Amino acid sequence: MANSKRISLSEDLTIYHALDQKQVLLEAISGTSDLELDLSQVSEMDTAGLQLLIMLKKEAQHTGKRVSIVAHSQAVRAVIDFCNMAAEFGDPLVIPAREAS
Amino acid sequence: MDELTSVFIQESREQLAEMEAGLLRLEQNPDDSNNINGIFRAAHTIKGGAGVVECNFIVSFTHLVENLLDSLRNGELAASGSLATLLLECCDQMGSLLDVLAAGAPAPEAALQARGDALTERLKQFIAEQNPEANAASLAVHDASVEVETSGGGVVITDSWHISVRFGKNVLRGGMDPLSFIRYLSSLGEILGIETVTETMPPAEEMDPESCYMGFEVRLQTRASKADIERVFDFVRDECDLRILPPHSKLADYIKHIQELPEDTMRLGEILVRCGALTQAEVEDGLKLQKTSQDEAHPEDETPAPQLGDLLVDNKVVHKEIVEAAIVKQTQINDNKSKEARLVRVQADKLDQLIDLVGELVIAGASANLLAQKSKNGDLVEATSILSRLVEDIRDSALQLRMVQIGETFTRFNRLVRDVSKELGKDIELSINGAETELDKTVVEKIGDPLMHLVRNSLDHGIEPAALRLERGKPATGHVSLNAFHDSGSIVIQISDDGGGLNKEKIHAKAVERGLIQPTQTLSDAEIVNLIFEPGFSTVDKVSNLSGRGVGMDVVRRNIQALRGAVEVDSVEGEGATFTIRLPLTLAIIDGFLVGVDKASYVIPLDTVVECIELKNLPTDRNFLNLRGEALPFVRLRELFEVEGEPPPRENIVVVQFAGKRAGIVVDVLMGEFQTVIKPLGVMFRHLRGIGGSTILGSGEVALILDVAALVHAVSQNEEHRLLTPPMQHKLTAVQNAR
Repeated sequence: MANSKRISLSEDLTIYHALDQKQVLLEAISGTSDLELDLSQVSEMDTAGLQLLIMLKKEAQHTGKRVSIVAHSQAVRAVIDFCNMAAEFGDPLVIPAREAS
Repeated sequence: MDELTSVFIQESREQLAEMEAGLLRLEQNPDDSNNINGIFRAAHTIKGGAGVVECNFIVSFTHLVENLLDSLRNGELAASGSLATLLLECCDQMGSLLDVLAAGAPAPEAALQARGDALTERLKQFIAEQNPEANAASLAVHDASVEVETSGGGVVITDSWHISVRFGKNVLRGGMDPLSFIRYLSSLGEILGIETVTETMPPAEEMDPESCYMGFEVRLQTRASKADIERVFDFVRDECDLRILPPHSKLADYIKHIQELPEDTMRLGEILVRCGALTQAEVEDGLKLQKTSQDEAHPEDETPAPQLGDLLVDNKVVHKEIVEAAIVKQTQINDNKSKEARLVRVQADKLDQLIDLVGELVIAGASANLLAQKSKNGDLVEATSILSRLVEDIRDSALQLRMVQIGETFTRFNRLVRDVSKELGKDIELSINGAETELDKTVVEKIGDPLMHLVRNSLDHGIEPAALRLERGKPATGHVSLNAFHDSGSIVIQISDDGGGLNKEKIHAKAVERGLIQPTQTLSDAEIVNLIFEPGFSTVDKVSNLSGRGVGMDVVRRNIQALRGAVEVDSVEGEGATFTIRLPLTLAIIDGFLVGVDKASYVIPLDTVVECIELKNLPTDRNFLNLRGEALPFVRLRELFEVEGEPPPRENIVVVQFAGKRAGIVVDVLMGEFQTVIKPLGVMFRHLRGIGGSTILGSGEVALILDVAALVHAVSQNEEHRLLTPPMQHKLTAVQNAR
């Protein structure tokens, strides 16, 4: 996929970085039709972070693009799970074997 | 079995007992809504608990019962005798299912399952017959295992709170994280479902990442009150839109809730369905109702259609009371919780162990006391006497721990009387007195069967058929009463009826025929009626053609005697009979009065001792003396137990009383009070009469405990015989034979 683009966020997805990250994410999606998001380095995510992800997903849907989260950190997965958003996001969640058991 | 399950079983049994009592009251008082609510709550609690311990067969059965109770509660069904009977049978079934769970079986046996299925059918019939409209409107009850069934306007079957919260824009800027509030909710109970609502979020360009656009629909199962839930959101109270629906809210309340929220109605309905608060059918039902109402109400009018909520209130679909009731229920649960907190459940064997230890302590204390007295050391004597007083207190409070009220045993008979009187076609009412009388737990447990027997007997044979009663000039309704009270160290339980009484001639004739008495023997009336307790008087077929009584009466007496108690019957022919059971308050430790004959010591239970007198020159030719103008029969222990040796010049008489009769026991010396730990006699001595047990003295010697009841009985009977018969057989035959 030529248009595919992958970015990786390393900062926490929290209210403190929300403003900057919004810009980063929107810029990222504007330049591609298929954005892959690597969140494996995100060690903390709060409501603001979740909102950003939701916004991104909505924006993508709106413009007919695709955003997929390809890697979740433990913190991200926990929040998405807790809010029952996994189905909404539609991204494959990798559940580590030791936790699943 | 894990702890949770055992607690569930125990609590469910209590709930079942409550439910049963409620159902019996329901028959008397069909309109008492508090009572119906109580019954419903009991069933509901059992279902909820069963769900928690994941016992599906109880959940599915109880669910149907609950449905029926629910329509009863909503006035869709009228209470009737057959309904109560059915529900009582369901109670029994639930009890059996609990047994299955307690036994650790994965599913009930085929027979039980079949019975459950039959009951299920009848329950469904009841719901269908009596409630055709509601049934048509609802998703019909097809399968007991399906959780969600409800009528259109009915209560939504969830026992969880529904919390709907929309956070204000500035929450994030205020340093609050909405997620943490939702997370905190899980500390109150179990979150069953969460849906995240993000409809208010504007398109990406306008979206301010520092504003909050989030909302949540949460289904929470908790015992916390509404206030507790609200408190979770205290910090953001001003900045969020919080709605809390109590468990069992009306469907309409949910619809109203959907309506009031800013999001699209269908979308929100979907959300509620997804988080499990409502079913799809419920939402459709509710929304359809709203739509048709709007169409009908104002087809051409320009004024805006009234709010759904108003409509529903107007149509009397929304019952404010339901919501209030749910809140009341929550507070009640809280009350119960605090009551429970004051109670501690203790294993019975731990208590027994404590009592045993206290018993040993008493013996050891007595021994220390004795040594102190021998040492003649004043300080030591004082110290040990304080110690023994404390031991006595400990003993009393330890025994108090085992005391339970007899009321619970009594109330069980309500059901028995109801069932038996229906079965026999008699109209019988039961009255209970002294239900708060306390006695030892082990005694309570063991007295149940004999009591049951006696009550059944009164119902079966005592109370005459209504026609005969009217002929005899008695009210058609028979009356059986249970009475309990304390009397000089024992507890007395009376079962009396106003039935036909016992037929003395027939009993006498039967006793002669069975060889229990000689035809020439003269017996008092009381003796004749008490013959029914004799073994051999009691085979069923032979007794049934008597006036009826006597089936297994000797078993009753033996059971009661095993508890160191006594039973007797009093009867006036044509007017009724009264059975009186006397039981010791406790089986473990008593206050005793120590007496001595020759070198041996004996203990007389202190509660039975009236006075002690010292007499010189007791008459030797007869067995009674003149005590302040009253004849007092007495017995010489020396003679009774054939103790060798000469009696001392001064003998003492201990006057004892039992069941209103007095007698004297002649002994050599009085040794005073003594705390007596009762040790049972061995199997070999079980049939010994006159001896109730043994105990260990401080010196380590063994002393026998006199069975005052048997002694008094033997003595007074002998005196009676002496007066009635030629003076030949005035030995204490009863007691001597027994030895």
